[in-house]
Amino acid sequence: MSVNELFKEDLKIINIGLESFYTELKAQDIPSIHVQWKPFAGGNRKMASLLGKLKSSK
Amino acid sequence: MIDTIVRENAYFDSVTLMLISREMKKLDGVEEVLVGMGTDLNLDLVKMLEMFLPELEKVTPNDLFIAAKFDESRVNMDELIASFDEQINKKKESHAGDYQPPTLRSAIEYLPGANFVVLSVPGQYAADEAENALREGLNVMMFSDNVSIEDELKLKRMAVDKGLLMMGPDCGTAIINGVPLCFANVVKRGKIGVVGASGTGTQEVTVLIDQLGEGLSQVIGTGGRDLREEIGGLMMIQGIEALLADPETHVILLISKPPAPSVEKKIYDLVADSPKPVVIDFIGGNAESVLRAGAVPCVSLEDAAKKAVALLRKQTPVDFDGFDASEQEIAHVVDDAAGRLAPEQKYLRALFTGGTLADEAIKYLGEHYPIYSNIPLTPDRALAKLEGLAGHLCLDLGEDEFTRGRPHPMIDPMTRTEFFESHIDETTAVILVDVVLGYGSHEDPAGAVADSVIKIREKLASMGRDIVAVASVTGTDKDPQDLKQSIEDLEQAGVIVMPSNAQAVRLVDRIMKTAGL
Repeated sequence: MSVNELFKEDLKIINIGLESFYTELKAQDIPSIHVQWKPFAGGNRKMASLLGKLKSSK
Repeated sequence: MIDTIVRENAYFDSVTLMLISREMKKLDGVEEVLVGMGTDLNLDLVKMLEMFLPELEKVTPNDLFIAAKFDESRVNMDELIASFDEQINKKKESHAGDYQPPTLRSAIEYLPGANFVVLSVPGQYAADEAENALREGLNVMMFSDNVSIEDELKLKRMAVDKGLLMMGPDCGTAIINGVPLCFANVVKRGKIGVVGASGTGTQEVTVLIDQLGEGLSQVIGTGGRDLREEIGGLMMIQGIEALLADPETHVILLISKPPAPSVEKKIYDLVADSPKPVVIDFIGGNAESVLRAGAVPCVSLEDAAKKAVALLRKQTPVDFDGFDASEQEIAHVVDDAAGRLAPEQKYLRALFTGGTLADEAIKYLGEHYPIYSNIPLTPDRALAKLEGLAGHLCLDLGEDEFTRGRPHPMIDPMTRTEFFESHIDETTAVILVDVVLGYGSHEDPAGAVADSVIKIREKLASMGRDIVAVASVTGTDKDPQDLKQSIEDLEQAGVIVMPSNAQAVRLVDRIMKTAGL
């Protein structure tokens, strides 16, 4: 994939974060999906870091 | 009384919650209310607002809380909770039936062919999410800020290796394949390609190109730190190379604050070999070195738009530092404005929602007047405190100190409305504002400014005084807000509406000179 290949495609967008950005994409009929995002490991930084280490050692 | 409730494992994004907090604050009897996730930042705010109760000791960033201070003879906590539920349900209803997967991986399965991620989660989680997206071969626009420069470098290197876009962190504006992303305007498609390190600067330039009758091929954002030594301009260079290879792009326009010298050299080397004309607005940068690289330097964002259009039309680009209106018309407007001021009216109040527009204003006006600011031209003009300030003032209200616990002023005009009430009085001579339309922005920012100007003019009229208000509107006739109505509302309120930020700034300069400020 190169950036110039992206220029030839239709955008299909995954929105992660502020829902208002998704609402506006939908209003423009842009194919898009909103992720029901939550902080990793319930926002527990120590746990998130441990899980992150597990993931990267796989 | 002060009360609080906690809902465990109920996550909503910060902008949604800040806007709901603001609505709840309007309820009769409510003195203060904060709805947020249990982040350190939010808990600090609750403490600062003196609403911290023991129930909040154990909350996590995954828990929602409502903290409120209210007069219990007029309203109670149940009513506040009901108000919250009503508003959050309204928001949920607008997406009823849309499947919202819990992870990026499941989103990719549900949207086959997905090629782009817009990322706006809190900063400490953003780098991990971006890395996952890049690993999956997706282009990324990262609106999130507070991401470390080390993470930015790692992500951008990864993107360049894979031939992907990694726009941001802190990237607010892009238009890819004609789709406005985050804070961007609806502009015609055309032959001018932009790479911009500044959000509202890019908005202003793209809007003016549209108004001049041309269009944009691609508008690539880089985030504000891309041209620093540490990042080396990775995304600006990736963007320039993509535009050079793009057959739809005939003219390239670059917008940024002046880059680090080593990055500047890399860009000039690339530009020097370009077969396509390149316009460069390194705001406040050195024009000579731009010329040496064979590119076209600019005196303002508006000038950049005009020069890109001229080059596309095979015309010779010339500096534009005047007005669209005739000198006679401008002189008339200036004399009329200056003539309305009483001798005691001495000060400028420039209240900006767009960072680059504020920057453009202070760089021009700061040369001629001592202006206090949170983005001062010289350190001696930095704001020590705002209270009781006697002197000219120019604020970028989108900076961190004004957005703590509240939405950016382009999303919610309340911050600026409050400044109108607290910092504009009978000693103010001239008000200068920006009004930024487009996706991402508030539904009627012009209406909010018009209301504030009407109120202050009524207040001053009772003292036998008037005030001069100057604005520019960054918007197109295709934006979700109504451009024509926005201009009409401002003019009805007595605001002088100029065709660009640069012209608004120059007009203010002329009025201040004529009034002897």
